[in-house]
Amino acid sequence: MAITEENPGYKWVGTRPIRPDGLEKVTGKAQFGADLMLPGMLFGKVVRSPHAHARILSIDTTAAEAMMGVKAVITGGDFPDLAANGAHPSEIDVANNTIAREKVLYEGHVVAAVAATTREQAEAAAEAVEVTYEILPHVLTVDEAMADGAPLLHEGMITKGVDPAPEEASNVASKILHERGDLDQGFGEADAVVEREFTTKPVHQGYIEPHAAVADANSDGRAHIWCSSQGHFQMRAYSASVLGISPGMLKVTAAEIGGGFGGKTVIYLEPLAVRLSQRAGRPVKLVMDRDEVFRATGPTSGTRIKVKMGVAKDGKITAAEVWMAYEAGAYAGSPVGAAGMTAIACYDIPNFVVEGYDVVCNKPRVAAYRAPGAPMAAFAVESVLDELARDIGMDPIEIRLANAAVEGTQASYGPKFPRIGFVETLEAIKDHPNYTADLGPNQGRGIAAGFWFNAGMMSSATVHINENGTATVVTGSPDIGGSRQSMALMAAEELGIPYESIKAVVADTETVGFNDVTGGSRVTLATGAAVVDACRLIIEDLRARAAKTWDVELDQVEWVDGQAQHAEGAQPPLSLKDLAAKSGRTGGPISANASLNSRGVGAGFSTQLCDVEVDPETGVTRVVRYLTAQDAGRAISPDYVEGQMQGGVVQGIGWALNEEYIHDSDGVMENPSFLDYRIPVASDLPMIDCAIVEVPNPAHPYGVRGVGEVGIVPPMAAVGNAINDALDVRMTDLPMSPVKVLEALNEQRD
Amino acid sequence: MAQVHFSAGLRDLTGGLAQVEVEATTVRRLVVALEEMFPGIGEHLNEASSVAIDGEIFTDADYEPVSHSSEVHFLDIFQGG
Repeated sequence: MAITEENPGYKWVGTRPIRPDGLEKVTGKAQFGADLMLPGMLFGKVVRSPHAHARILSIDTTAAEAMMGVKAVITGGDFPDLAANGAHPSEIDVANNTIAREKVLYEGHVVAAVAATTREQAEAAAEAVEVTYEILPHVLTVDEAMADGAPLLHEGMITKGVDPAPEEASNVASKILHERGDLDQGFGEADAVVEREFTTKPVHQGYIEPHAAVADANSDGRAHIWCSSQGHFQMRAYSASVLGISPGMLKVTAAEIGGGFGGKTVIYLEPLAVRLSQRAGRPVKLVMDRDEVFRATGPTSGTRIKVKMGVAKDGKITAAEVWMAYEAGAYAGSPVGAAGMTAIACYDIPNFVVEGYDVVCNKPRVAAYRAPGAPMAAFAVESVLDELARDIGMDPIEIRLANAAVEGTQASYGPKFPRIGFVETLEAIKDHPNYTADLGPNQGRGIAAGFWFNAGMMSSATVHINENGTATVVTGSPDIGGSRQSMALMAAEELGIPYESIKAVVADTETVGFNDVTGGSRVTLATGAAVVDACRLIIEDLRARAAKTWDVELDQVEWVDGQAQHAEGAQPPLSLKDLAAKSGRTGGPISANASLNSRGVGAGFSTQLCDVEVDPETGVTRVVRYLTAQDAGRAISPDYVEGQMQGGVVQGIGWALNEEYIHDSDGVMENPSFLDYRIPVASDLPMIDCAIVEVPNPAHPYGVRGVGEVGIVPPMAAVGNAINDALDVRMTDLPMSPVKVLEALNEQRD
Repeated sequence: MAQVHFSAGLRDLTGGLAQVEVEATTVRRLVVALEEMFPGIGEHLNEASSVAIDGEIFTDADYEPVSHSSEVHFLDIFQGG
């Protein structure tokens, strides 16, 4: 572990207690989205389009409604027409993605839903819904979608960000552009220039738990939703919009979540379950199977990216030119904007142009996936930088150190960086024994780096002191990465009581103040800051109660190690337990709330080192050693930080070597199962070694930056660079499957 | 006066200008001043941008203070995962 500041001597922050959710999860007691059962509950089933692009001519639900056990059948017509109501375009897209109205835009797009007494009855009724389509030509890739004369998904889509605005509609939703300096001059100063083109396929977040929602609607228009999501307040807002009601009419309870990685920041089932429940007058459960998850949720974008970079002999990057097109799926909103801002953000480059396009196509609407947009861009940029280092005979760490962004560097996306820890991650790799470990035959070593902003946003927390001096920490941030433990650790540190005396819980939307979605690596930073604020309010209250008890002025009371102490030692200390036991005599229950819009977001950097062994006969690549160094700011819970780092790497290795959406010529997905869409499993991988770098974020009370995302940015380039080191073949198309590796080797032999 | 920087994507709305100086004490007042200079930019900045003030990125930054020496960048909104 590399630590750049002295350990401040925390008692609880930075320790590794037993995870609070472990027992319930391993004993099967944890309630995930699909586990809830309510009296009289019906089972729902969604009807999905078999076509990639088609106009809905008619939907006949007569036969389905007449079937035994069927209590409700709904279609797009059962929801308000937000377009006609003048809603914001983004709301209209969410609604139309939830259930199609006039056109289906991808295979798996929802066209109807049914609720019945049994699951089997619901499935039979869904089969009986008759939908008549006019099949339309489709486009599946950015190349097809951007081609002249391509079929249009949205007839009114005029590209934003182009001046003058195009007169004709296209599948390009928007253009982004970042530039600085003089590109020609920069390339003129270069001693080596590399230009490459890269392609990546859509990949799914691959969470183990499929989407699930239960809704129970009341006759007064109110409804209660239980669902697995990364943000039940966001589920409430989106669902209310689609249903055409006030968010206050919905109560949403967060179920335990079996993975999200960005893919559970959006709604799919919730409004459908509410409407079915309203129609049937009974609770309704909707659960996706894996096939539906693949066909209709996530993924992240497939891309085409061109990179041209030049370096001088001393390793300084003189110019970079990046062109990128990102699939958005059926509706505008690919992460190309973030890709454009992150592509070269690790480096101080004087001359660059980064140009990007958000392109719709007939695939599921993309959803966020860990550091959305950044990994694909990093695959391209870090691969080219690796090649440049080889061309000028420079060590891959040294070339990155020569160009690394530091405090005060003008980031490629605009502002100057505050204190950041990129250099420290590079040095952590360089100092680790893996960097100089011997390589065997057909083995190679690759390095890559990545950047992610992290996020702040709004959070609320409530802290209750129980009558025995223990505490309950209540937040509204679903725990997808260990936040209950990190909240409890920070509260223990603040209050001065044992971690084991604190229980952190995630409350529903009516029980705690608003919390933005659990995403952007923001919860430990933002919700953690709210917890710290609430604890400090508690401590002020406790000091006042001690002063009242001792009949002294407030300034004579200090809070030290979980107890009130008289400044002059004139009174025996009062512990939190003492004060809690007599709270009735000093003002009543001890509780505090804090809400904030977080400030002081700290950017995250990761550098990774990958050793692979490639079988030249089969093309199979095996990762034999892997090290990730990441600046956490401060690791509140090192176990969970390492889990986030390792998880990001493993997903990145899957993206690099195995994972891809495969569609047939009709736009139908051919591999919608974990059998054919293969994510890495434990036996595929070595232990992922972690070096937690701690360059504290000065704007957070404990120095937190956020750790959930940046770990997935470098792996594809690290693996690709390692394959190149092993075989001297540059892989530019993900996944780097055995077939592609063999093709590259055959080209090399030719 | 605060130095306001526009990404290349925003320069369509500023007549190609990459940077301007604006007298304002908050982001909201700064956006009002920019709207007077570049009609139409205010709506875009309010809807599609987060703001970096002296290197710190904010969302919903309307009432964040801006000083005469501040460096302000309007950034595309991005989503985390």
